[in-house]
Amino acid sequence: MIPGISIYELLTVTSILFFIGVYGFITRKNLISILISVELILNASVINFVVINKYMYPDMLQGVLFSIFIIAVAAAETALAVSIIINLYRQINSVEVKDIETMKY
Amino acid sequence: MNIDSLLVMRQEISLLAIILLLLVAEIFMAKNKKHSIVHLAIFLFGVHTLVGFLPLTENSLFGGMFRTNGLIHFFKNVLNIGVLILLLQSADWLQEKIVSQNKGTEFFVLLFSSLLGMYFMISSGDFLMFYLGLELSTLPVAALAAYETANRKSSEAGIKLILSSALASGVSLFGISMLYATSGSIYFADVIELITATQLTSLGAILFFAGLAFKISLVPFHFWTADVYQGAPISIASYLSVISKGAAVFILMILLFTVLKPLIHVWENMIYVVAVATMFIGNLFALRQQNMKRFLAFSSIAQAGFILLGLIAGTQLGMATVVYFVLIYVFSNLAAFGVVQAISLQTGKEHIKDYEGLYRTNPNLSLVMMLALFSLAGIPPVAGFFGKFFLFTAAASEGYYFLVFLAVVNVTISLYYYLLVVRAMFLRKSDTPIPFFKNKIYMRIGLIITVIGILILGLYSPLYDHIYELSGNFNR
Repeated sequence: MIPGISIYELLTVTSILFFIGVYGFITRKNLISILISVELILNASVINFVVINKYMYPDMLQGVLFSIFIIAVAAAETALAVSIIINLYRQINSVEVKDIETMKY
Repeated sequence: MNIDSLLVMRQEISLLAIILLLLVAEIFMAKNKKHSIVHLAIFLFGVHTLVGFLPLTENSLFGGMFRTNGLIHFFKNVLNIGVLILLLQSADWLQEKIVSQNKGTEFFVLLFSSLLGMYFMISSGDFLMFYLGLELSTLPVAALAAYETANRKSSEAGIKLILSSALASGVSLFGISMLYATSGSIYFADVIELITATQLTSLGAILFFAGLAFKISLVPFHFWTADVYQGAPISIASYLSVISKGAAVFILMILLFTVLKPLIHVWENMIYVVAVATMFIGNLFALRQQNMKRFLAFSSIAQAGFILLGLIAGTQLGMATVVYFVLIYVFSNLAAFGVVQAISLQTGKEHIKDYEGLYRTNPNLSLVMMLALFSLAGIPPVAGFFGKFFLFTAAASEGYYFLVFLAVVNVTISLYYYLLVVRAMFLRKSDTPIPFFKNKIYMRIGLIITVIGILILGLYSPLYDHIYELSGNFNR
């Protein structure tokens, strides 16, 4: 718990973080940036879990435990995504979305 | 805790044992005998499927994180049968293309890990187990979609799948955190008691639904579907469209009917809109497809829209019809994908135009394809008709007459494009038809099982009664 800061400010920050992530996912043109945007979304929910646990239900640790699992799974997800991106880069020498897209509609 | 109680996880333990056994077999197998790993894996999985039919008592483990009952056990068996058929159908492709690159074992390990994730997902008793199961079922499939590493389209399919599923699970998690904020617990049993329809829980439920809608490929979240199906290897496309979609529908249904039941007025309207949009967009886009895989992708989007008709009912009848429809859908869609795979493996052709005159050269294959498409379209003698009919009954019994009317309109539209393929196979003549070929034994068994399923399931009514009885477990 941070003295002087209530749960409202913290949840506002995580909401903003979440929507930055969604916006970035839609607008970015580079695969790595899209991946970073997804990480922002995941981290927003991690902070959400910790904050809610700490401020509202401090006698149980369910939210904190959940956040540890999210971090671990997010790492696995990133590793897989990066390995696929590397494989794609070997074939077309680019990680831009417009070079990758061949299938449409 | 008694060690016997772990036997509740019998299915998971035996699948895990198969995965480990395959890894050990990979290490000790001589290099020139690698092709026998396919036979070994199919044999082991066949035994696992048979053992799965033994009855299992209702129980829960780990303080309620893992639970199982009759319906969950039944649905695991449905998934098992689906994967077994899929393995039989893709055995030849594995022998010819994958084992020669020395990647055979990994294929099975990844596929079975994903199935293991689905087991955990559908028998989860809290949101943590649900999330872990969801991720375990998605990540290996993304690796499998990018499996043909030399093929550019395969990599494209992989990256599209992993990014959109990561976004989906992120959105879903944000929703779960809101549900956690209102109830203070991540266990389903606690959440059911504490949840009320406030604005926060509504937003949480909507975000949560959005995450699962990605997996089922409902309409605002369907953009990845066609691209991934086209680029990925055919067996993975059929896995995504049948097994993965079926498991996600099942867990979504359980959560909507139990945990989110107090919010029924929120998700009722949401599912209404999504169902109409999914049916219309899936069907209208399917009309203009020329590639068989994309065609089946849009048809599977439209079928997901029909499944929502059972979900919207929110009753025991709705639950039973959804499970029954998914069971039939497994057989019909696997038959269609099986034929596409057989033809693609022999000739490399995937366009609807290439299927012209197929009946003259390969009558058996085109008959299987015809039965599958009739079942998907819902033409009476075959099973698909009964599945759709029951879904419509479930929706109509709750008073959604206009929705059922729209669904019937969509069935008519879908009939048109399914019959386009049938016409190409049976009536059209072609100068260069696909030459006659004989399928290998595994493929033939896989196709025969699906045909038996399509013909028998609709007429064998005790099965439906059995499912209806089992779904009483969740509606006490």
